[in-house]
Amino acid sequence: MVKLTIPEEEYMNPGHVACQGCGATIAMRYLLKGLGEKTIVSIPACCWAVIPGVFPYRTLDVPLLYTAFETTGASISGIRAALDMLGDTETTVVGFAGDGGTADIGLQSLSGAVERGEDVIYVMYDNEAYMNTGIQRSSSTPLGAWTTTTPGGSKKEWKKRPKKSVIEIMIAHDIPYAATLTVAYPEDFIKKVRRAKEVKGPKFLQVLSPCPTGWKSDPAKTVELARLAVQSRVFPLYEFDHGKYRISMKPKQVPVREYLKPQGRFRHLTDEEIEEIQRNTDERWEILLAKEKFTNELYR
Amino acid sequence: MVKKVITGNAASANGARLSRPKVIAAYPITPQTSIIEKLAMMVSNGELDAKFIKVESEHSAMAACIAAENTGVRTYTASSSHGLALMHELLMWAVGARLPIVMTDVNRAMGPPWSIWADQQDSIAQRDTGWMQFYVASNQEALDTIIQAYKVAETVNLPAMSIEDAFILSHTMEAVEIPDQESVDLFLPPYEPKFRLKPGEPMGFGSLVMPEGYMEFRYKISEAMDKARDVIRKVGKEFGETFGREYGLVEEYRTEDAEVVLVIAGTVASTAMEVVDMMREEGKKAGVLRIRSFRPFPYEEVRRVAEQASFIGVFDRSYTGGFGGAIGSEVKAALYNSSDRPPVKNYIAGLGGRDITPDILRKIFEDMFASVKGDMKEVEWVGLKDGSGRW
Amino acid sequence: MSYLDEIPITPIADKSSIANRTGTWRTFRPVIDYEKCTRCMICWKFCPDAAIRLEDGSNYAATSDRIKQMIDKAPVIDYDHCKGCGICANECPVDAIQMVKEE
Repeated sequence: MVKLTIPEEEYMNPGHVACQGCGATIAMRYLLKGLGEKTIVSIPACCWAVIPGVFPYRTLDVPLLYTAFETTGASISGIRAALDMLGDTETTVVGFAGDGGTADIGLQSLSGAVERGEDVIYVMYDNEAYMNTGIQRSSSTPLGAWTTTTPGGSKKEWKKRPKKSVIEIMIAHDIPYAATLTVAYPEDFIKKVRRAKEVKGPKFLQVLSPCPTGWKSDPAKTVELARLAVQSRVFPLYEFDHGKYRISMKPKQVPVREYLKPQGRFRHLTDEEIEEIQRNTDERWEILLAKEKFTNELYR
Repeated sequence: MVKKVITGNAASANGARLSRPKVIAAYPITPQTSIIEKLAMMVSNGELDAKFIKVESEHSAMAACIAAENTGVRTYTASSSHGLALMHELLMWAVGARLPIVMTDVNRAMGPPWSIWADQQDSIAQRDTGWMQFYVASNQEALDTIIQAYKVAETVNLPAMSIEDAFILSHTMEAVEIPDQESVDLFLPPYEPKFRLKPGEPMGFGSLVMPEGYMEFRYKISEAMDKARDVIRKVGKEFGETFGREYGLVEEYRTEDAEVVLVIAGTVASTAMEVVDMMREEGKKAGVLRIRSFRPFPYEEVRRVAEQASFIGVFDRSYTGGFGGAIGSEVKAALYNSSDRPPVKNYIAGLGGRDITPDILRKIFEDMFASVKGDMKEVEWVGLKDGSGRW
Repeated sequence: MSYLDEIPITPIADKSSIANRTGTWRTFRPVIDYEKCTRCMICWKFCPDAAIRLEDGSNYAATSDRIKQMIDKAPVIDYDHCKGCGICANECPVDAIQMVKEE
């Protein structure tokens, strides 16, 4: 007897060409464990377009459609429509796109798909930059981070703007289900994936996927960093389920410094800057708590 | 079969309906809008069993069609001008993915200046994508071509566009025979994809290929484009046998004994044919070679007609920055190695919807009769208000 | 049959990546000390390469007989594919995994 807390069945094979310690592969592994075999995945240009390897190799045990960069929202709409017309309403259609392909170039297509109410799941695996093309900044890159297009230099041109919140944009579209997930909490991850699968309509999942290459961190610490992101409240885990916010865990708070320290991309931050990040984090956490409180009161 | 007086857009919408696409993804742009409006109504009334995805841009329209077609269903879309230009990335994708999507392009000028009227710039700008391209010259042909395009596309696994002139066809009413569904079903059976996304069959469609492996995929596309010529002829002949109207890669009008032949695509060709009749009555041996299939390029027909004639004029309704127009360049390229090739003059006209009157066409034919190789302008813009009074 | 004849008309990938032995990427290899292993399966859970398999536990030691009795599977590293990222060693709650330099 072995009691596993997540499904045993694997739908992702080893032998893929992701970097050592890649958070995005853990994300895909859990996603497919949660969704099962009757799934079709649509992947735009991003790390995951390369991770399965070169033709004729594939790493997933489910069908995969590679698409152009900005088209994930439209592609999953197309697959869903075709399956419905073929009489298949059982197979789950999921788009799996990076933060660049979602928050920036893919935002229009995503917005279109969810506004139309398509019965699809969209997963944004968030490694917080354009990692596949060499660590350029995206609108999902956090404030103060080094990237190759915010390289600091004598003018201190680090990422100047805070991280764009795609999940809040999705919530503003009034979709039935949205959630944040990360690879350090597999049970929470799979629970949310299963919830997404059972809800009808557009579902959005944002997965914080640490990238040792782009975050300049130790590959061995990928899961630990994801955990610290949640514990420091920089990346709170929560759900938006039919109008109500539900915070998944309220861990004992860890100072943001603990989360930032192991990442080379934040190495240049001064104490003042770290304090500002701490303040912003605390403020956003308070806002999230307030949202949880009032949305639950509203729908009582 | 029912005969109705309808616009080119209505004809295209009916051609699409009769072809039974299961997924339509489209975004409005003048002057394509009435195609998708009619299709939306057909879907809403249950006349057409399909999902109409009201996408938020043309780029997404083609992306949705690609994904749906890859999942194994027949798809349709339509666009024009800037919308077609916005699709460009994905027009290329559809070809590499070898998906037999069919669309209508309503030939419309590109801005600036903003123009909603007919010219060929938009479709000509997509000639490098690998799509098959058919220029229609009547509303009947618009309807007929869409049905044939699906059959050809699904045989060679290349997407195809049916191109109709903005307003001249799209919004002008002509008598059209609308075939009945049963006859079309016999001619065009349900789509059977050669490959598709299928749950339970884990495969990746469109993965990365290294330099050592890429070229052969593109070669296969060129093979398909070459094979398409015979397929288009065969399907066009079969269409004639079934519906009474036969089509080929080109339409030849009085070219057998013509001294001068005007090579021309689109509705203007039909005006040119009227002018040919007038000139013939005056004893002048003019002819028209209407290019119907521009991709694949009908080099065999062009060579055969050119070898019989003494002078070729090529009409381009676009400007592409090259040495001469697009159709002009392709005609010359086809003729270059022919042992018996007449002089070729390129005429650029009708941009932004400027009307090509019989009078202007007559002057073009006169110019062709008068031109002598070596002493002629190789490329001439026709109808320019340059004060010269030439046209 | 030439490459041109073999390939489909569009790249359709259907061979499992398991044929690609990414184990050659390693600088350090994880080594499980089964005497310490509590068979919690945390290492298996977090592996980004799915390079830890659950195998018949009777062939492996465990930290106690009781554990060995209760849980009949043991985590086994797939050295053909393990890239040596070290996540398993970092996450193991009883420090049963050491990263050892490859020769």
